[in-house]
Amino acid sequence: MPLRTRHQRSQKLVFSMLLLLSILAFAKDPDFASQRAALVAELEQYGRFTGDVRESFRTSTLDAINKVPRHELVPKRERRFAYENRPLPIGYGQTISQPYVVAWMTDLLEPDEDDVVLEVGTGSGYQAAVLAELVARVYSIEIIEELAERGAGDLKRLGYDNVVTKLGDGYYGWPEHGPFDGIVVTAAASHVPPPLVEQLKPGARMIIPVGSSFMTQQLLLVEKTRDGGIVTRQIGAVRFVPLTGGH
Amino acid sequence: MRRLLPATLLVSAGAISYELLLMRLLSIVQWHHFAYMVISLALLGYGASGTFIALFRQRLESRFEAVFRLAALLFSISMPVCFALGQRVPFNALEVAWDVRQLGYLSLMYLAFFVPFFFAAICIGLAFTCHGRLAGRIYFFDLVGAGLGAVVLIGLLFLLMPEHALLPVLALPFAASLLMTSRPLEQRTIAVLQLAWLGLLVVGLPQTYTRLEVSEFKGLSQALAVLDSRVLEKRSSPLGLITVVESPTIPLRHAPGLSFATAHIPPEQLGVFTDADAMSAIIRFDGRPESLAWLGDTTAALPFALLESPSVLVLGAGGGSDVLLALSHGAKHVDAVELDPQMIALVAGTYADFAGNVYADPRVTVHAAEARGFIAQTDKQYDLLHIGLLDSFAASGAGVQSLNESYIYTVEALTGYIHRTRPDGIVAITRWLKLPPRDSLKLIGTAIEALRAEGIEAPGRRLALIRGWNTVTLLIRNGDFLQADVEAIREFAAARSFDTAWLPGLTISDTNRYNVLDEPYLFNGTEALLGDDAAAFMARYKFDIEPATDDRPYFFHLFRWRTLPEIFALREVGGAALIEWGYLILVLTLLQAVLAGLLLILIPLTRIDRSWPAGTAPRMGGYFLLLGLAFLFVEIAFIQKFILFLSHPLYAVAVVLAGFLVFAGIGSAYSDRFSRRLESGGRSAVTVAVAAIALVSLAYVLLLPTVFAKLIGTPDAIRIALSIALIAPLAFFMGMPFPLGLARVAEKAPAFLPWAWGINGFASVVAAVLATLLAIELGFSVVIVIALGLYALAALLMAPGNNDKDIRRSSALVADDAT
Repeated sequence: MPLRTRHQRSQKLVFSMLLLLSILAFAKDPDFASQRAALVAELEQYGRFTGDVRESFRTSTLDAINKVPRHELVPKRERRFAYENRPLPIGYGQTISQPYVVAWMTDLLEPDEDDVVLEVGTGSGYQAAVLAELVARVYSIEIIEELAERGAGDLKRLGYDNVVTKLGDGYYGWPEHGPFDGIVVTAAASHVPPPLVEQLKPGARMIIPVGSSFMTQQLLLVEKTRDGGIVTRQIGAVRFVPLTGGH
Repeated sequence: MRRLLPATLLVSAGAISYELLLMRLLSIVQWHHFAYMVISLALLGYGASGTFIALFRQRLESRFEAVFRLAALLFSISMPVCFALGQRVPFNALEVAWDVRQLGYLSLMYLAFFVPFFFAAICIGLAFTCHGRLAGRIYFFDLVGAGLGAVVLIGLLFLLMPEHALLPVLALPFAASLLMTSRPLEQRTIAVLQLAWLGLLVVGLPQTYTRLEVSEFKGLSQALAVLDSRVLEKRSSPLGLITVVESPTIPLRHAPGLSFATAHIPPEQLGVFTDADAMSAIIRFDGRPESLAWLGDTTAALPFALLESPSVLVLGAGGGSDVLLALSHGAKHVDAVELDPQMIALVAGTYADFAGNVYADPRVTVHAAEARGFIAQTDKQYDLLHIGLLDSFAASGAGVQSLNESYIYTVEALTGYIHRTRPDGIVAITRWLKLPPRDSLKLIGTAIEALRAEGIEAPGRRLALIRGWNTVTLLIRNGDFLQADVEAIREFAAARSFDTAWLPGLTISDTNRYNVLDEPYLFNGTEALLGDDAAAFMARYKFDIEPATDDRPYFFHLFRWRTLPEIFALREVGGAALIEWGYLILVLTLLQAVLAGLLLILIPLTRIDRSWPAGTAPRMGGYFLLLGLAFLFVEIAFIQKFILFLSHPLYAVAVVLAGFLVFAGIGSAYSDRFSRRLESGGRSAVTVAVAAIALVSLAYVLLLPTVFAKLIGTPDAIRIALSIALIAPLAFFMGMPFPLGLARVAEKAPAFLPWAWGINGFASVVAAVLATLLAIELGFSVVIVIALGLYALAALLMAPGNNDKDIRRSSALVADDAT
């Protein structure tokens, strides 16, 4: 019996210490850098799920995600979820995309460091920041005034000087700075604006997520061929075969 | 107590009108799936109040008038207060996949909206408890009040904005509270509260209590967030709240299905939102045909490549874009059918100039009618029957509409459409493309079944399907497609970079060229659906793509339980979009209803005195459980059956609900006499009533489809009268088993009365949600058959032979024990 009591006592002690440690851990700022690293490790695992032909995300994409402080771009009340792999509401009926979707879109764009990229729908500024880590310049347009102001301010504060934002209609693109090496349309669209197709360089790609605010169903990949032709592909969000059994 | 009966009527009218209004309001601020929650909430209020009364019976009885006054007053006060509180709960249906907190929020909303129903039910329940001798008359006034409430609310919704309708509705129980005040000075606190509430109502409730906080993720909120956009106009009717939005700086350009290859840019539009979602566009038309050229580059323009100056029927004309599409392609005449007269008024009146007076065009005739009703009533035949996109992509993509019944895309509907086309005419239906395909395959399967029902042996020769990146357009031809048609379709599609997904003679290599999918899903799926093992294919498919029918009108329901674990595991990597969340929220609502029913109705009852004869609990408990389930199953199933016949969802709900309530009320009032007459002849009144219910219901299940098909063409008034005549005998008998059972309990085991109420209430709370879940899986006819089984079991439990004997025997046992 005394043995058991001692054992119980030591268990209690360990438990109390753990409790104390966890209270201390919560008391100070959460370690966003390590949370981010954990997220990146998770995304690395998930790369193989994409419906695309590749087996994993590019290292450069994951490196970019590992650099961008997503917690600085979400509303304060959502900050503790910033490095969970899920979309979060940012106000005005908009969301910051799920990191998995951002990684996947960025990856499909195949960005190079001297590229100039157009983004339609700045939103939280997260996608622009990730791209800014990878390319020379990002032009980003937002149609919601409050988000445009907030996004521009946040990107500037975080030192993304190679992102240029404006408030206005993204439908006509940004012809003064085009044609572009890549275009990302992060806003919902009922159709692909013809002016955007025009502002794509031959050989360049445009990515459009299809779905609702919290659920990206698939990506539409628009490629302009070297001879100016257009090829599009629908890439499922996930490898999911709708049939079971043989067929 | 002369005032008790009208006061009961007022409270009951208030409760039902609040219930219907709450459904309306929640459809605007959230989505349709809350309708089921509200029905179950109202019933929970009744159940919980029964328990409350049982627990505090003596104290409540001794102050009957004061309690009634106070409860009616609190019912009135809690309507706007709890609505405001409920709206403050940050529940977001779209986030359920990501955030466990949403489940808590859903429960909070459930609790907030429950409170007013609880107070309403205290009034009614107490009236029964304290004035048992008047039970038949109270029940009658209660049900007539409810019937009136339904009608009054619909009237109010024609006159007022839905949020403003709260005021007259809350006035009903307030009037009841005042009516019951015979000696105001005796309960001063209540009198002061009454005066204060009156004062507040006169001064005006703070706007924050009634303002609608529409979910920021609904189309209207998102449109209004855009720079410089503004609301031009709001109109409301029971059919929906319509909001017209203008966005001058960043124009709306809603052009689903527009080709990549187009050289045209859509002109400016006004967005017309119904219940803050489902946008329909009014397109600016300046009279120049070239300004509409872009419409020709959408998938929906396909049939016009095959028809020359066709006569066209547009179902769901909305803002008029499909009418413009037809006119710009040389239609010689267009019949435009739109359910909501307000929508027509906008396009034909206020914004007629903006829309280029499209509805005043001599080639256009506009009909304010429901699509299926119009189809059934017209004998005209058309070259083209056109159904465009009627719902929003976001709602479709998120699966929040998976519970909406839709009679537009059922086998019977498609058969009707084919009958309304000339030989070689075309039915054209455009839908959003979801990937992997779900509703598009369901639509194709439905078309195949409709053609087979017409005796067509090779339906594949009558189908053509093209797809853009976000829309599909299906053509069903009344006759085999000719080679020239096939060529024209290929040419149309190729010129616009659309893929042909099905055509007579199409090979797989032709199907996946312009907008490349992982697999040519639609071609493979159509081939499988046309083949011999179509049934096996549908069974193996991971979504429910079985054709929708009028008996199981859930076209948007695609959910399959066995797919859930796989999809849920893929949630973090984009799988969330594959789940139909509306259905899961309904399942959550059911769990919540069971839990709330147990906690608020049944568990507290364990505290009351249990001195009833042994054997009472299983028999009587079983009886009231079965009745609660069966009554609502039958009622909900018949509401659905009549929606189609009355060809108007709103009139159907009002007529059927009011009919059921009033005739069940009459039945219950008559039950006493009925039972005395029968039981003097040695027969059980319950058995006879149940036999009558079974007979009438079965006859209806078998005969109504034929009767409806024959008479659907008659004028509204005749169909409404006929519906009431059909409901009357059924509801009359359905009103009997409950009071008959109560009378039996009151006589043989009075201590069990609160349990009888409670169990019945619990069953109703669950049944409201369960009926819908069963209908989604099995169809409404099966729900009715199940209900009849439940009724039969209930009758067996109540059969005089064994029941009385048992109770006598157990009474003897109890007596023995006592000695």
